[in-house]
Amino acid sequence: MFLHVNDLTVDFATEDGVVHAVDELSFEVERGSTLGVVGESGSGKSVTSLAVLGLHDPRTSTISGSVLFEGKELLGAPRTAMERLRGDRIAMIFQDPLTSLSPYHTVGAQIAEVYRRHRGTSRSAAWERAIQMLDRVGIPQPKARAEDYPHQFSGGMRQRATIAMALVCDPGLLIADEPTTALDVTVQAQILDLLRELQEQSGTAIILITHDLGVVATAAHDVLVMYAGRAVERGTVREVLHEPRHPYTWGLLGSMPTLRRPVTEELRPVRGAPPSLLNVPKGCPFHPRCDFVELPGPRVCTGERPELSPPRGHGDACYLTMKQKREVAP
Amino acid sequence: MLRFAVRRTIATAITLVTISAVTFFLFFALPSDPALLACGKVCPPELLALVRRNLGLDQPVMAQFVAWLAGIFAGRDYPGLGYCPAPCLGYSFVNRAPVFETIMDRLPVTLSLTIGAAVIFLTFGVATGILAALRQGRPLDKVASVASLVGASVQIYFVGTLALYFLVYQGKLLPSPSYVPLTENPLGWATGLLLPWVVLAIIFTANYTRMTRSTMVENLSEDYVRTARAKGMPARTVILRFALRGTLIPIVTIFGVDLGTLIGGAIITETTFGLQGIGRLSVRAVTYSDLPTLMATVLVAAGAIVVMNAVVDALYAVIDPRVRLT
Amino acid sequence: MTLLELSGLEKHFPVRGGFPVRRQIGRVHAVDGVDLTVHAGQTLGLVGESGCGKSTTGRLAARLLEPTAGRVLYDGRDISHASRRALRPIRPEIQMIFQDPYSSLNPRHTVGAIIRGPMDINGLNPKGGREARVRELLEIVGLNPEHVNRFPHEFSGGQRQRIGIARALALEPRLIVADEPVSALDVSIQAQVVNLLGRLQRELGIAFLFIAHDLAVVRHFSQRVAVMYLGRIVEIGDRTSLYESPRHPYTHALLSAVPEVAVDGGGRERIRLTGDVPSPIDPPSGCRFRTRCWRAQEKCALTTPPLTRLQGDRDGHLTACHYPLP
Repeated sequence: MFLHVNDLTVDFATEDGVVHAVDELSFEVERGSTLGVVGESGSGKSVTSLAVLGLHDPRTSTISGSVLFEGKELLGAPRTAMERLRGDRIAMIFQDPLTSLSPYHTVGAQIAEVYRRHRGTSRSAAWERAIQMLDRVGIPQPKARAEDYPHQFSGGMRQRATIAMALVCDPGLLIADEPTTALDVTVQAQILDLLRELQEQSGTAIILITHDLGVVATAAHDVLVMYAGRAVERGTVREVLHEPRHPYTWGLLGSMPTLRRPVTEELRPVRGAPPSLLNVPKGCPFHPRCDFVELPGPRVCTGERPELSPPRGHGDACYLTMKQKREVAP
Repeated sequence: MLRFAVRRTIATAITLVTISAVTFFLFFALPSDPALLACGKVCPPELLALVRRNLGLDQPVMAQFVAWLAGIFAGRDYPGLGYCPAPCLGYSFVNRAPVFETIMDRLPVTLSLTIGAAVIFLTFGVATGILAALRQGRPLDKVASVASLVGASVQIYFVGTLALYFLVYQGKLLPSPSYVPLTENPLGWATGLLLPWVVLAIIFTANYTRMTRSTMVENLSEDYVRTARAKGMPARTVILRFALRGTLIPIVTIFGVDLGTLIGGAIITETTFGLQGIGRLSVRAVTYSDLPTLMATVLVAAGAIVVMNAVVDALYAVIDPRVRLT
Repeated sequence: MTLLELSGLEKHFPVRGGFPVRRQIGRVHAVDGVDLTVHAGQTLGLVGESGCGKSTTGRLAARLLEPTAGRVLYDGRDISHASRRALRPIRPEIQMIFQDPYSSLNPRHTVGAIIRGPMDINGLNPKGGREARVRELLEIVGLNPEHVNRFPHEFSGGQRQRIGIARALALEPRLIVADEPVSALDVSIQAQVVNLLGRLQRELGIAFLFIAHDLAVVRHFSQRVAVMYLGRIVEIGDRTSLYESPRHPYTHALLSAVPEVAVDGGGRERIRLTGDVPSPIDPPSGCRFRTRCWRAQEKCALTTPPLTRLQGDRDGHLTACHYPLP
């Protein structure tokens, strides 16, 4: 397995107490495929990606578990080893391309420095590579545009530039954290197409973090649904979106207005609000918002925390039996 | 860039003329008579009238101001006192010399004092600010914040006097502050000014430490700093190339103001250490109602601030490509 | 019945610059000839990408901005250039809800004070008193009336948006201009708020101008929908007609760009727009969309297509295109 995250737990010490941002999360990503990680704010999806890259401040966070990447353990790896890995074998792009590019350096320089840093080439070779990358991500007149600063680019172009920057060293894994959330819908479509094309060319694995199930459906192969720092459902896109098993996934799908569902029908939102991560409910973290908490029997959902089962393939963390799920599924 | 330079030069000229006009007319509102001062202790009325005519004081105020302005470009002859070559900022009847000569005599002292101290407080202030930001909440950060609080609250005549007493008169660790031109004796220049530099720096460093620390802390949490880390840039590069860049704008801003103010007259510092700079010159000019000298020192002070402001604005554009000079 | 009618509405913002004297050198054509109507008790959805002028249109409709040209007719009265005084009786009837619920609530006021505020200002005395009305409003928007003394920071994003809605409802408005009211909210919360708005419309008969970039949300909440591009309406029609048979290429491209949960694509042709939206300072001649349109021909640059009903379309479905889709 290419990336294997096992029992990843991330806690942050804050003034109000310990925030349990990620709790015993396990997932895998295969070479050349895209894993969509879906969840609302506070579900721990971004915290997870930063933990994989070792970007959390060790002074305020406690991380345990295991992150195996290409057979190497990344948790607890020396700082310099992680620095050499980041941007080279694992790259990341962020939500807002304007703020995530330095306003003080040209786009070309920001791409070239990654290549120079990891490949140790000459300045001119790195600059050539930057232009080549800008061309690859579809920026017209790459030679001239490389000399521009990020504020001279449009939103879509900026995100193309950050993708060029992320892929300049042909990383094995790309983590894209809400890469299209700040973009307009027509530009979002362009960027998702671009990511797909680049993946086909280079075989890069992608972790696509998003709150939008529509984006997952168009751009991912597998899905991991997260809630309050835990995985609640996992499977292929078809499995999770078409035969969803977890009540939270049902809730997410029911909440989404689409271009197809009849407008006469009201949206079916999940009631209540996500829990505070300072104080995650005992047992199944979703139980205070779940409509079926009585079905598995008294005090089942509030007792032990459910595990993802089955451990492989399409699994979910819920005490409802398959038969019950078929009966109550929307 | 050219547009900016042209626009700023025009603005600077207008500012300086306005300031000199205001000073000029304010001075004439004062109850003292410059002719009487120039005339000397025993002054018969005929002599006073002559002095008045020679100095042009019998002319209307407006005409006197125009004559003064013209003198800057053309030079001016003061009958009975001597010729004042262009750029003539007037003739001081207290110093018995063209004002410009006195200014040029004093300016190197103030510049040496200011620039030397500025190099020290900028370097130390920014460095300690960066370190404090990187070690938030740790002992070094706490020490730096207490030190900067102390530094910000003490006064130069207090620290300066203490330092003079203990380091110079008692400890004999440093020579007594003096000014030797840099061109004559570089070592003497540096040792003579060392104490004033350090004392000035102690007071100013605090400000830079605090400013650097707070903006650095902000900048370290910027998205592009996270991106730089995510692409594997070594920690030192992340700090110096990315986080520090955004910190420069506020630093340059206060540095410009501080430097401008100091050049205009580090009055207390110069007095404390007995240095003959622009600051002391201006105090003396006020005491003796020496209008030409006073106007020149006001102009130097205003000019320093206006010029430093223009330099700061130009630096903004160098630091941040999003800033467009207009 | 028509409640709000915008006709030929324009709003231009000046761009300043130039040398040596700064002057207006251009105009941002934020809204450039918008015609639309909002019917009483109904929702008109206004969709478009960032910078298309939809928010400016919303502000013009609520008369928070004064139009450069064109008319705003509210309930038959021309309020395009109405004075502050003339607007006073109308203000309570038109309320706004904003995207960021937090920044639009005063953090130092309790929820009760926030909701009461509009009643105090307008001297409204509901039956049973203002306090009782505040509690009733909290209940209507699905918040606990006991929380009347809490502060905005004690609520989650979705709850804050409910507070904003309760405040808008306090004056019993007939029209609510909602500018991206759910786009900052999580999916599950977004659905709660959309359902709440729908219920309010059904029960209280409030009309909405619902501004959003999310086509799916707009479809869910609006009986009629207008699509905006670079300051102009390119297509307007009832929901079914517009979403099922869009005639303007831009509408078509927008719809095909929405990522759908349904994995099995569904017959819609996939259109990918290239390039970027041109600058509203110097918009293209003729049809504004022509620079990105795959159907554009010479005529599109020469004449602006009028917003008209095309053959085969339902009443009220208007399109501004020379070469519409079949």
